[in-house]
Amino acid sequence: MLSKNQARTFFFAGTIISFLVFLGLTWHTLAREVPEQTNAKNITESVIRGKKIFDSNNCMGCHTIFGEGAYYAPELTKAYQRKGEAYIKTVLTVKTPWAPRGRKMVAYGMSEQDAADVIAFLKWAGEVDLNGFPPEPDLQSKVPAPSSSQ
Amino acid sequence: MKYKSQQVAWWFFTLSVILLVLQIVYGFIMAFAHMGFDVLHDIIPFNAATATHKNLLVVWILSGFMGAAYYIIPEEAEHELISVPLAKLQFWSLAIVGVVAVAGFHMNWWEGRKFLEIPRPLDYLVVLNVLLFLYLILMTLFKGKKQTTTALVLSMGLLFAALLYLPGMIWFDSQTMDSFFRWWVVHLWVEGVWELIMGGILAFLLIKLTGVDREVIEKWLYVIVGLTFISGILGTGHHYYYIGTPRYWLLIGGIFSAMEPLAFLGMALFAINMYRKGEKRHPNKIALYWTLGTAIMSFVGAGLLGVAHTLPQVNLWTHGTFVTAMHGHMAFWGAYGMLVLAIISYSMPLMTGRKMYTKEGANYAFWLSNIGMVGMVTAFAAAGVTQVYLERKVGMDFIEAQQAMAIHFYVLVGAATLFTIGVTMFIVNYFKYGRPTEEALEPA
Repeated sequence: MLSKNQARTFFFAGTIISFLVFLGLTWHTLAREVPEQTNAKNITESVIRGKKIFDSNNCMGCHTIFGEGAYYAPELTKAYQRKGEAYIKTVLTVKTPWAPRGRKMVAYGMSEQDAADVIAFLKWAGEVDLNGFPPEPDLQSKVPAPSSSQ
Repeated sequence: MKYKSQQVAWWFFTLSVILLVLQIVYGFIMAFAHMGFDVLHDIIPFNAATATHKNLLVVWILSGFMGAAYYIIPEEAEHELISVPLAKLQFWSLAIVGVVAVAGFHMNWWEGRKFLEIPRPLDYLVVLNVLLFLYLILMTLFKGKKQTTTALVLSMGLLFAALLYLPGMIWFDSQTMDSFFRWWVVHLWVEGVWELIMGGILAFLLIKLTGVDREVIEKWLYVIVGLTFISGILGTGHHYYYIGTPRYWLLIGGIFSAMEPLAFLGMALFAINMYRKGEKRHPNKIALYWTLGTAIMSFVGAGLLGVAHTLPQVNLWTHGTFVTAMHGHMAFWGAYGMLVLAIISYSMPLMTGRKMYTKEGANYAFWLSNIGMVGMVTAFAAAGVTQVYLERKVGMDFIEAQQAMAIHFYVLVGAATLFTIGVTMFIVNYFKYGRPTEEALEPA
């Protein structure tokens, strides 16, 4: 039967080995893979300013980006590609709350420059290789179109 | 209660239960917004409500852990806490930082990083606060007559939790890097070192409540926390599937996440077996309910509901949907919420000398809150699965899918009402205990 000493060894050895493997993978991921996968060379001053504006207004408190955040407002990873620059600029600069179908967003009334920076950040985010996320809807073609006669 | 300084735990437990009430209030605000009644939008927009809801959770659980440590460490080390005034200073600074942070969230003063919304200047105060806490706990342990495994595991958990807060304070220009290290804090806390704290508190409660030999309980404690780290550290990989990190994390995260329920299963079997071996003579049955309850609900919520969506093939579709909220609610409640309520239920009669556990209300508090939580999690699951199919699989517009899901939030509010009644009964009982007294001290 397992003794307390053996149990202690199992705990310490298991923890230390797991942590060392994790550190090694972290180094490999961040030093070797992430710069290319995320197009780090495209992180311009404007993208960084955009991220700061995104953070300081807690956009993640309603939206998700890379699938992370709250689930009250749309996923923003591909927002630039999906909606285009003009639409996003209107949402960010408008002085009255944006409320599609009644769901309200805070009216940020951003300056042209701030909106351009957030858009640059979203453009960069949309170009990151996310291993296939968000996936394309795979059942869309199987749903019959509503009959127009009704 | 053997040492007078253990009474300082009462302050932390009181803060815990007050913040729990506030957390529930903000939960209701969010649920109503999802139903279409975002009436407080101008004062408390959704992002303020969610930041408050999540951070109150973190602070009430941490305050509960700190109270638990102040209660457990003197008893395990057989030594009074080295300084009660410093512990009270640590308490008040924690409470003030918490209040300032929550007020700040309502004035657009925060960082948009889920669970770590507290702005950077306040982070430094949190670090100072935790350093003071660790100094008090570790010095008491060091000066004590004994350094038991239970006390060591609990202290190690608290120390690592403090260290892991630091990577979350580094600024990164890249959202990918930011997210990568945010999970060092959030994941390695809740699926790593917090489980160490949980194991320590659970072991203490089982030793006291079941009367089983300490050596047996502590041996299994090592096995369980070992399993926790072996699965949990590399299990961080399930947060690295879709954030701009390499594909090998899909394999590593998938394999080690699948092992994560083992640690929780171990915890549940451990608690049940110790209970069955035990003498069943301890009069405080409610504390035992919460203790066994936390072991079982954490296995279901954190273990099973976690693995239900961490396989990469599933997570591709569920990532960033209400399926995550389903897992999150039962995991936090089962593993950490109930654990804090367990140590409160155990220690309050001993600190105050009042045996409120004999009251029917204490029993109803346990059952209503847990049945309510199961209902809430079912509503989240229904909302999550609906969202996955409508928005992700069929490609319906986000808002249209949300409107189709709104009905599940009515069910959520119904179940949450039951949960709230249970929690309210617990808190009413808590305040009926009153303040700790000198008379409750056991004669030396």
